[in-house]
Amino acid sequence: MIKTDALIIGAGPTGLFTAHQLKLIGLDCEIVDNLDKIGGQCIELYPDKPIYDIPAVPECTGEELTKNLINQLKPFDIKFHLSERVDEVKKDGDKWIVKTNKGTSFTTPNVIIAGGVGSFEPRKFSVEGHEKFENKSILYSIKDKNIFKDKTVSIFGGGDSALDWAVELSNNCNVNLIHRRDEFRGAQATVDKVHELTKSKKIDLFTKFQLKKLNGSSKIESIDIEDNDKKVKNLKTDYVLGFFGLIMQLGPIANWGLNIDKKTVEVDTEKFETNQKGIYAVGDICNYPGKLKLILSGFHEGALAARACFKLARPNEKYRFEFTTSSKAIKNRLGIKSD
Amino acid sequence: MAKITYIEHNGTNHTVDVQNGLTVMEGAVQNNIPGIDADCGGSMACATCHVYVKEDWFDKINKKNEGEDDMLDQAFEPKKNSRLSCQIIVSDDLDGLVVDMPEKQT
Repeated sequence: MIKTDALIIGAGPTGLFTAHQLKLIGLDCEIVDNLDKIGGQCIELYPDKPIYDIPAVPECTGEELTKNLINQLKPFDIKFHLSERVDEVKKDGDKWIVKTNKGTSFTTPNVIIAGGVGSFEPRKFSVEGHEKFENKSILYSIKDKNIFKDKTVSIFGGGDSALDWAVELSNNCNVNLIHRRDEFRGAQATVDKVHELTKSKKIDLFTKFQLKKLNGSSKIESIDIEDNDKKVKNLKTDYVLGFFGLIMQLGPIANWGLNIDKKTVEVDTEKFETNQKGIYAVGDICNYPGKLKLILSGFHEGALAARACFKLARPNEKYRFEFTTSSKAIKNRLGIKSD
Repeated sequence: MAKITYIEHNGTNHTVDVQNGLTVMEGAVQNNIPGIDADCGGSMACATCHVYVKEDWFDKINKKNEGEDDMLDQAFEPKKNSRLSCQIIVSDDLDGLVVDMPEKQT
């Protein structure tokens, strides 16, 4: 069991800056995120899109913002638990016990939810019966590509994941690549490669087709795909891979006894605390009168929630407000020599 | 101002007046019409305001924006007449527009 002053759920910009604020006032913290990388929506949804409303930063991309926030955390030692989703938050006296889907558990007086619009999960097929084949014949990510050797694999999607795997797997298996339109959103070089491999019959390409039906009992034997004019084709296949990007789902947060309205968590505007003492929500996931879903609002909310954490983490000490420009203690924490 | 009809997957109809300049997504959200999530708030960074535009209207509204089809690839059951409702700007010309909502957004 890991003991920490505060546990942050979500490694997006708000979670990162909240960690900075906690460390600055002398508290320790750890961060859990379901994605395999730091940055949240900024890195997953719009790494290349410019943002124009970060105070004092006229223009930066989601990726640059994330890099800068990580840089700002450099003086501190913060443990990240990536590719882990918090499943359970339970009260234990005046502490919270938090458990992830990978079995990591924490005990902490403060839980800060900086979860954006929930956790990112792969978008799944919607055809009937897809559940019973999932993780067997239907996969949304690849852990061991060797299982496909000499088999027939049907890949759905038009982005980089779909195209990269189509190219890669065409080396030693039969690849069907199916996409709902003629244009692909993957990198041009990979798109060119796919067309080349289609010409040399290494990849069978079906555009303007979508999955219609799965055939088979214990495992998939074939699939029916349908085009825009309802023309159906049957393809023999051993595996079906779906790469439709990630969707955001509130997920387990809904089960923690919090007041939730339209996928957001209600908080006060003094501590950004929820209806549960010691659980806070900051950034896009929190809701209060006048809430703006801006990154700058998340920074403000995190700063206040961090101060509220101090009370529960150090019940016998008094929090004293200090400026980074003048405080010796803060400069020490930042590793800056003061004269 | 335009009268816009949103039809839920279960057939429930909602007809509301939407001000010019707003998006079809905002028209739904501001009137608490279920079926449009709009998780990203209209920045074309998700596909949770997905609608099907009735065929006779599809060619009359503004064309898809660059990148919109990329997001629609990630929508739930996209079709030929799929659009992101955050990218359809309301004007007088859209009076009478009818959009169908998919079974779900995620």
